Amino acid sequence: MALIEKPAPIAVPDVATPSSSYGVFRRPVESTGWKSWLFTIDHKKLGIMYGAVALFFFLVGGFEALLIRLQLAGPDGTILDADKYNQMFTMHATTMVFLFVMPMAAAFANYFVPLQIGARDVAFPRINAFGFWCFLFGGIFLNTSWILGGAADGGWFMYAPNSSVPFSPTSGIDFWGLGLQITGIASLTGAINLIVTVINMRAPGMSLMKMPIFTWMILVVQFLLLFAIPVITVALFLLMFQRNFDATFFTVEAGADPLLWQHLFWIFGHPEVYILILPSFGIVSEVLPVFSRKPLFGYPLVVFSGAAIGFVGWGVWAHHMFASGLGPISVAVFSVATMAIAIPTGVKIVNWTMTLWGGKLIFTTSMLFAIGLIVQFTIGGLSGVTHAVAPSDTQQTDTYYIVAHFHYVLFGGAILGIFAGLYYWWPKVFGKLLDEKWGKWNFWTMIVGMNLTFGPMHVVGLQGQPRRMYVHTAARNGEGFFNITFWNLVSSIGAFILGIGVLLFFINVVISSRRSEKAPLDPWDARSLEWLTTSPPKEHNFDVIPTVGHLDEFFHLKYEDRGEGDHHDFQQVATAEELIAEQEANADEHIHLPSPSYWPIVLAFALPVMAYGVIYNLLLVPAGAAIALASMFGWSLEPHTASPADYDPPAPEGGAELEVSTNG
Amino acid sequence: MADTAVQVAVDEHGHDDHGHATTTGLSNNKLAMWLFLGSECLLFGGLISTYMLYRGRHSASAGPDQFWDIPFTSASSFVLLMSSLTMVLAVTAAKRKDDRNTRLWLTVTAILGSLFVAGQVYEFTTFYREGLGYTTSLFSSSFYTLTGFHGVHVSIGVIMLLAAVGMILKNRIPGDKAEVVELIGLYWHFVDIVWILIFTLVYLIPA
Repeated sequence: MALIEKPAPIAVPDVATPSSSYGVFRRPVESTGWKSWLFTIDHKKLGIMYGAVALFFFLVGGFEALLIRLQLAGPDGTILDADKYNQMFTMHATTMVFLFVMPMAAAFANYFVPLQIGARDVAFPRINAFGFWCFLFGGIFLNTSWILGGAADGGWFMYAPNSSVPFSPTSGIDFWGLGLQITGIASLTGAINLIVTVINMRAPGMSLMKMPIFTWMILVVQFLLLFAIPVITVALFLLMFQRNFDATFFTVEAGADPLLWQHLFWIFGHPEVYILILPSFGIVSEVLPVFSRKPLFGYPLVVFSGAAIGFVGWGVWAHHMFASGLGPISVAVFSVATMAIAIPTGVKIVNWTMTLWGGKLIFTTSMLFAIGLIVQFTIGGLSGVTHAVAPSDTQQTDTYYIVAHFHYVLFGGAILGIFAGLYYWWPKVFGKLLDEKWGKWNFWTMIVGMNLTFGPMHVVGLQGQPRRMYVHTAARNGEGFFNITFWNLVSSIGAFILGIGVLLFFINVVISSRRSEKAPLDPWDARSLEWLTTSPPKEHNFDVIPTVGHLDEFFHLKYEDRGEGDHHDFQQVATAEELIAEQEANADEHIHLPSPSYWPIVLAFALPVMAYGVIYNLLLVPAGAAIALASMFGWSLEPHTASPADYDPPAPEGGAELEVSTNG
Repeated sequence: MADTAVQVAVDEHGHDDHGHATTTGLSNNKLAMWLFLGSECLLFGGLISTYMLYRGRHSASAGPDQFWDIPFTSASSFVLLMSSLTMVLAVTAAKRKDDRNTRLWLTVTAILGSLFVAGQVYEFTTFYREGLGYTTSLFSSSFYTLTGFHGVHVSIGVIMLLAAVGMILKNRIPGDKAEVVELIGLYWHFVDIVWILIFTLVYLIPA
């Protein structure tokens, strides 16, 4: 067994709890090696794990998309049969939404929200770890359905009654529903954790309107999650009772109303759309000012339009249901509300454009991705407004026009924003810059690929090609410009170019990580607090918790306004290196962070056990519940930090120390 | 400017464990509990909506009128509502640092909660014997789902109460004991309030 010496700044808390370990098991205290990752409760390590797993699922979802495009590349495709095709598009969407974009946003939020608000960790570090393991186990659970009789095949919205056993007799939909319950727990606990962190743990002086814009958008998203997740939870429970316990919530013959599912799903599903896009809006709102050398234009407007999107996002769900016969009043109301939500979104686009206006633009890869988002998202936003027009939407429902729209907003919006964030924050997280030359190839290949893939879908959609159609026949494919065989081929070629674009990112990561030169502390001349620390940050984030006087505090520490009146003339007075050196010189002496814990991973492990139980053998459910209950007791009896006896050799007793503001 | 900002050693920051020096002054735990309860509102909102949609969808001979025993359910509702009173007594005792009475009232609350759950189990068995199975009709499925979810919430509350009694007895609650009791209290009152809604909508208002 390796000797694990107790790190110097960590000391015993003065909490009145007995400090016994768990019999033969020591509490994990490692700060290096695999155990330091498995049992970590450090928000930065968890952020990296979220990101790594999410990017892996991005590749899985991308692979599924390529199979779909191969099948549709020519008429009468034979790559997939109808059944496999159904599973493929269902899992492609589920993977991209729940296992890539949402956890990727969680990765950025976990890593950067505490740094941006000048905190040393999140409010509940163990709950944070629990959330990550729920996401990972839920994702694995969902994908085990591939080898256990076939994956879910009802589309990502899993419309009733098509999701009932007679129409989908494999266990795929059970895996889908239970898997999303598990990842839902990750989102819900994460939401509570991050809201408390942002509301309660800001550095002194950081009022809400001095908070970095990314943190603001994450805050709005967490409120959306907090209220949207329980609605899908209800829907998924009803689905579980329907499929596994013979209830008839969605059985039309029994008098059920299949629209119940649609309402519950979309009351969750539409806020979900903003859950996916707002983190990326936050990222580009950080990136654009930095590379325009200007503050964000109209910061309060960007904040309030984000919050407005959050509110109005709750009143537009039925625009997904215009074809379901809601009646003229509902349709009119939801139509107007949907047009209204374009206003705050438009405000954001204008603010970003005005941020660029007159700025000294620096076209780094990150900046290119951010500008790419403005352009591509606007295209998707415009086709989105056409859906608000109910008569037109009724024609477009379930055609490729819809597919084109949401790929422009999700790929062109959410994913381009994520890549902007990856290039922008990579040096902060890993201490090394990603290569700019490879980055630009990465960007342009992705942009060309996505427009070739999703652009033609507008054409074939308006021609009437239904989504979820697994073959098209040459005989009925139209002529000339409107020949859908041609445009489908273009889409498929585009998809592979897009795939190469994504691959270039991973090649860039490998190449850059092999280089030895370290990134400068402040490579982009950035503006917010996460740069006021080393790269990668120390375990306790900041040697001294900063006191905040301005929005863009880090910028104002570096530059002083020597102008008079309304004329601003910012002169550099300090560099990042000097500021961080100064911090180190005045470092808080006694910082101790909460110790790692076994319980988050054990508690999360209980969930798939129960979920497999629902599908295969109900006896597993109480077994899983027992594991869960036991680990909850272990969790609540566990002291904040490990006892000296857990170290090898045992650590000396420490005195009273400054505690890090975390609990849970 | 640069100098002043970095030099401040922020001593007041970092004692959130003990309920002060957070940005809002509210403790993290309490804020988290309120947020969780906000989320729970939507969970019960969804379940109640489902019930309200399906409450009339049953055969003529197997509807609420044939099964409800209003006096019995009123009595068990009274027991549950009284447990809110004993919960308040537990919280005030905890605030006075009176461990003995805290344990006493927590135990009484747990007993009242268990009585309510026992009443629900009795009620479910009676309905089942009289012919209202889980899958009998849309009405029965949504009724059992809604009240079942509430019953599970009460049961989890009982486990929390008993765990708190045990942990106070062995002095193993880290941090602020009164706050832990208060948090359980918040949850407990929420579950009670939800029952008031369910009792009114499900039992009292005729379909």
